[in-house]
Amino acid sequence: MSDCLQTIQDYGLRSLGFGERLLPREGFTFCEQATLIGSGMIWNIYFGVMALLTGFFLATALAVAKGSPNPWFRKPAEWFIFVFRGSPLFIQFFFAYFLFLSLKNVNPFFSPFTAAWLGALIVLFLNTAAYTGEIFYGALRSIPKGDTEAADAYGMSGWPRFKRIIWPTMLRLAWPAYTNEAIFLFHATTLVFFSGFPAWQQRGDALYYASYFADKTFNPFVPYPILAGYFILFTLVIVFVFGLIGKHLNRHLPQPERQRIRLRPNLIR
Amino acid sequence: MKTLILGAAALALSAGLAIAQDKTIRMGTEGAYPPYNFINDAGEVDGFERELGDELCKRAELTCEWVKNDWDSIIPNLVSGNYDTIMAGMSITAERDEVIDFTQNYYPPTDSAYVAAADGVDVSSAIVAAQTATIQAGYIAESGATLVEFATPEETVAAVRNGEADAVFADRDYLVPLVEESNGELMFVGDPVPLGGGVGMGLRESDGELRDKFDAVISDMKADGTLNTMLKKWFGEDTTTY
Amino acid sequence: MFSFCTDPDTLGTFRWFSCYLTTGVHMSFYIAFFKVLLLLAITAPVALGFGFVGAMAARSRVAPFRWLGKTYIALVRGVPDIAFFLFFVIALDQAFEYLRHKALCPDWDQPIRQGSDFVVCTAAKLPLSTAPQWMHETYGFFLAVITFAIVFGAFAANVLFGGMRAVPHAQLETAEAYGMSHRQTFWRILVPQMWVYALPGLSNLWMVLIKATPLLFLLGIEDIVYWARELGGTKTSRFTDYPHGDWRMWYFLFLLVFYLAFTRVSEIVLERLMLRLTLGQATSGGEAQRKAAA
Repeated sequence: MSDCLQTIQDYGLRSLGFGERLLPREGFTFCEQATLIGSGMIWNIYFGVMALLTGFFLATALAVAKGSPNPWFRKPAEWFIFVFRGSPLFIQFFFAYFLFLSLKNVNPFFSPFTAAWLGALIVLFLNTAAYTGEIFYGALRSIPKGDTEAADAYGMSGWPRFKRIIWPTMLRLAWPAYTNEAIFLFHATTLVFFSGFPAWQQRGDALYYASYFADKTFNPFVPYPILAGYFILFTLVIVFVFGLIGKHLNRHLPQPERQRIRLRPNLIR
Repeated sequence: MKTLILGAAALALSAGLAIAQDKTIRMGTEGAYPPYNFINDAGEVDGFERELGDELCKRAELTCEWVKNDWDSIIPNLVSGNYDTIMAGMSITAERDEVIDFTQNYYPPTDSAYVAAADGVDVSSAIVAAQTATIQAGYIAESGATLVEFATPEETVAAVRNGEADAVFADRDYLVPLVEESNGELMFVGDPVPLGGGVGMGLRESDGELRDKFDAVISDMKADGTLNTMLKKWFGEDTTTY
Repeated sequence: MFSFCTDPDTLGTFRWFSCYLTTGVHMSFYIAFFKVLLLLAITAPVALGFGFVGAMAARSRVAPFRWLGKTYIALVRGVPDIAFFLFFVIALDQAFEYLRHKALCPDWDQPIRQGSDFVVCTAAKLPLSTAPQWMHETYGFFLAVITFAIVFGAFAANVLFGGMRAVPHAQLETAEAYGMSHRQTFWRILVPQMWVYALPGLSNLWMVLIKATPLLFLLGIEDIVYWARELGGTKTSRFTDYPHGDWRMWYFLFLLVFYLAFTRVSEIVLERLMLRLTLGQATSGGEAQRKAAA
């Protein structure tokens, strides 16, 4: 047990570059595997949370733009969503890395972009913005006519009408599908080091360390289930947190109505 | 009735055949590591190990068949029994030897080497690219240089060309043709480092009989000089031989 | 392929490319497209089947079935597909061989796990070691289909589960009022109606499935991304008649176009399907169609 505490001290923050410089080279105890893979989860959480937070705002803009009657807004939004939803993330990573490399040669300002912490984050941000944008767009189209008519009747228009009526209703309707998107995005963060960006100084995400151990022990049946366990845990956290927010969004509805809203996930996503 | 007899005869015949020719030996390889193994223009496995493996099978009187498998799962699939041997430029290391068995090496201990885009790179402190989960990556991690890992050997060389890394560290034999054809863009720097115990054929630990068979024919080929001829053919005149 | 391809070094650009693009490796690349399409065509209905069974179990009135269904959905949905693919195929293969071993070789006295080796009797091997290569490939393909179906079946189960619950309760009550049994209500009322609620979720899943095909290589299938990487990589003149630099970008660009076209076509087809399904349904979409027709 005290061995394990020592291991956690040595490797708990290894994915960020703190602690022991060398990864374990022999023995490979369960504790070492669990600690390092857990350490790698820091990156998965970082990518997931940051991309979701930033993507949310772009997604709202995209949804409004796609619903706009003005083709100058609508067309670019449609194309953006189409390209990012229509191609595998894997290929997006490849092209982004390629693009950032060439930009770096033009201007040194772009040099941090080839590192995963920024470059991969940008790709994930754009990717989730496109998916979420489509979800929000679907929700915008299914806002009950009565809501907007009521807003009109109260003499609301423009920004206040959007902020106080349309936007909250859109969120409320889109929330279950958005929860799914958050889960998908969180899972997609495993692709960052797997096929997208290089790992520096053996600082990688959970999958990077899991495959390190699978390669060293030649036994895939220990590290990958550990990885799976972590992901199930954090997926449950996502479901829980999003559930709380969803409840908050629906707090004005009478009880049975709240039940009904929960049935909507599959209408949109 | 007639069909029944025919069927029975066919069954007997095939059973007899099965005993006579024994089973097919499936040879696992990666197909992405020239000159050891690669996919040729016709889409078949080709390279030093293909030629050697075919010759070994001929001498041992075995029917062999080539199978491609991803490098990352090449050992788990062997121990799980999806093929019977690995010939994939795999260096004999102590770690691997704990899990699988190796024949004697059919390629002498290899040098790994650094390649850079400019002369005078100090490889002990530079940024060095290596393929994820190779003995080269492990070596760089310990050497004090800044290790940057890529999923494929292709990307490690690309990283040097585009300036992401100062140098790439890989098997010398993999790098030689690339350096030759780069028109002076790439060059060897630093000293070559001998890593691993040579390249051998990997087999399951429970397959001792098959291992002895291959071991014997490898000794054969070493003794009569055919292995050296093959080495020279694939790795150039000045390669190390037995 | 063509008669003038014997000495590619002497050819002009156009002829060089016509030879280059018809080499054996490129043929494998083109075949890989069909492999991917075939796999999708087989996996989609199988996954839907898994999903249907999963959803039925999850809403079963028998508690153990319900737990089983819900655990399946929660467990598989919680794990990134890539992590699943990295160890699941080997596990599945070993499970099949273990079962066959128990059935076919009852008097085998050696342990199955010898150190790290997994050893079953020759008769239990899948496929048999005497089998030709195409049998091995078909078996690998089969394992890939099963693995994909298990993963995406969990997502489909989740969608269908939601779809079943979204069917207006009044419809079910009416069925009951007409004296239909539980089983009849399920098959005659619930199932036909749930599709319209489940389709948006299912079409989204189909898109996700299409975009998961680059992971096929992890399952031992040589898919288009594998070949694009292989073909696009730098080739030196010692090992090929067609040396070239790093062309991965062009190959990936081609894949990008393929995937975009494929998803676009899918979108159009699914939209049409949605229109047909909405017909006569008690939804706003169905109502709009009714009004338009009237």
